[in-house]
Amino acid sequence: MSLLEVRELQTYFDTRRGVVKAVDGISFTLESGKGLGIVGESGSGKSQTAMSIIQLFQHNQRIAGGSIMFDGRQISDYTDSQLEAIRGNEISIIFQEPMSSLNPVFTVSKQLCEVLITHQNMSSEDAKAKAYEMLKAVKIDQPERVLKSYPHQLSGGMSQRVMIAMALSCNPKLLIADEPTTALDVIIQAEILKLMNELKEKLNTAILFITHDLGVVSKMVDNVVVMHGGKIVESAPVKVLFKSAKHPYTKRLIAAFLKTDIRRANEGETLDFFEAENDQYDFQQFRDRGVADDDFYQVSAGHMIACRLKKK
Amino acid sequence: MYRYIIKRVLWLFPILLGVTFIVFTILYLSPGDAASLILGEQATQESLEALRNQLGLNDPFLVQFFRYAGDVFLRFDLGRSYINNREVLGEILQRLPNTILLASLSITFAALAGIPLGVIAAKKPNTAVDNGVMALALFGVSMPTFWQSLILIIIFSLTLGWFPSGGFSNPNQWVLPVIALSTASIGNIARITRSSMIDVLDQDYIRTARSKGLSKKKVVNSHALRNALIPVVTVIGLQFGALMGGAVLTESVFSINGLGVLMVNSIRTRDIMVVQGSVLFVAFMFSIVNLIVDILYSFIDPRIRAQYK
Repeated sequence: MSLLEVRELQTYFDTRRGVVKAVDGISFTLESGKGLGIVGESGSGKSQTAMSIIQLFQHNQRIAGGSIMFDGRQISDYTDSQLEAIRGNEISIIFQEPMSSLNPVFTVSKQLCEVLITHQNMSSEDAKAKAYEMLKAVKIDQPERVLKSYPHQLSGGMSQRVMIAMALSCNPKLLIADEPTTALDVIIQAEILKLMNELKEKLNTAILFITHDLGVVSKMVDNVVVMHGGKIVESAPVKVLFKSAKHPYTKRLIAAFLKTDIRRANEGETLDFFEAENDQYDFQQFRDRGVADDDFYQVSAGHMIACRLKKK
Repeated sequence: MYRYIIKRVLWLFPILLGVTFIVFTILYLSPGDAASLILGEQATQESLEALRNQLGLNDPFLVQFFRYAGDVFLRFDLGRSYINNREVLGEILQRLPNTILLASLSITFAALAGIPLGVIAAKKPNTAVDNGVMALALFGVSMPTFWQSLILIIIFSLTLGWFPSGGFSNPNQWVLPVIALSTASIGNIARITRSSMIDVLDQDYIRTARSKGLSKKKVVNSHALRNALIPVVTVIGLQFGALMGGAVLTESVFSINGLGVLMVNSIRTRDIMVVQGSVLFVAFMFSIVNLIVDILYSFIDPRIRAQYK
């Protein structure tokens, strides 16, 4: 049984101008202790996919269809209080902006201890001891001083370490990382990624890594899902994806990342893809060869590409 | 922190000196003659002139001002009433407890009612709950105090007989004036709490708090409210000042012997010394409240505390 199994998930926003389908029928699985990357451009629905798992929603946001199974439980049907027991405990999340993700009026100690007291029923002394331990685990110098600090006294890298310590303090089965290094400079970024990898190995935590940075993905995960317009366009093991991406959108993404001549070589194809997007773009040649299901063609084991972007 | 507080207390002097100057100038330029006020209309020209000389009213403006300011700041003497020759400070201090009690009770009640109302509205923005609360707040802000005071008296004293219609010596008498005086502040506080709260609830750290598995109640009451309080505390401070000076109508309607009534009466009788003294005193109280508000900021927000070194 997979740790996380997302089936035909649809997450919609109800706006005054109608329904916005941020996530429109996507499916993927994540095994415990493994890493899965969701990549795509801004607005592709990758972050909303992550938010849907623990339902960190806006007022006008809802799961409109599909299911999310976590550890054998259908958490997409959970009530608020059931979700609260899971958030920060079995599933944690770290965000893109470490500096604004910590509450400015509380000390680091209070914010770290709060999770432990809420989920582990710890006394405040035990929680403080554990918080100290966690700060050491994320390699913060002078943990005593940082515990007493307020967020405005920390750098971006330090804040993200604190966020990671907070997210991992209850030893979650799944860590969702929503572009955790985007706001950090490259050196700090590399350090944080290394730290996350180490902790992932040590604690056997599965990671769902949301990013637009393919370089980051290659270091962090086993499988990659490429999203565009709320749908999955291609999914494959990370090495396969880099070596032999099939979908024009994925190729374009990789080319843009590598900034090489591949981009120019693919330019025509990519443009066609976007022009055709609004009508329908059937990968007819793939479908004719036989498909895994109605929507996806299986290129090789674990490597799927979307046959069409728009469902009729 | 202590250095900051001391600095702020010292700043009170130039501020109050400025207020004194403005008040003194306005009253100096306003029509009315103290001498004829004291001696009556039948007084002879000579006796008027003599009294003016005695009171120093013929001295140049600046000389008069510095004499007054010197009395106020060096000897804490606000002078004597032209009408009954009583000490102005004594007159004020005698009525101060009533006014402070009325204003404090009102602002406390306003905060206790206004903040929760604002939070309730902010939790469900643009829904029926929010619109209802905000309509109520607008009603509160818009309702004239004197009219509301009269309506309260008609309903709760004259018709139902639950509360007395005047006086301020026992808690039973506090209820109606406090309600009348706090209604507008409740509206103001509810509105500012709502907008500040809506802003804060949209912040990343609130999402973090939710992602930690904290209950909605805890997220709102602990993580969000503390951050939303800064503008609310500011408004509470300003409202308190406004209540100190603005209790005039309420005090008059409910026949409470307070600072407001003293001011109105002294204006009516052109008792310049008392007007001057009370306005100064209210300004002084206002400055003190603002100082307290500024110090409160630093307890609420560590980022502000860090600036106060």
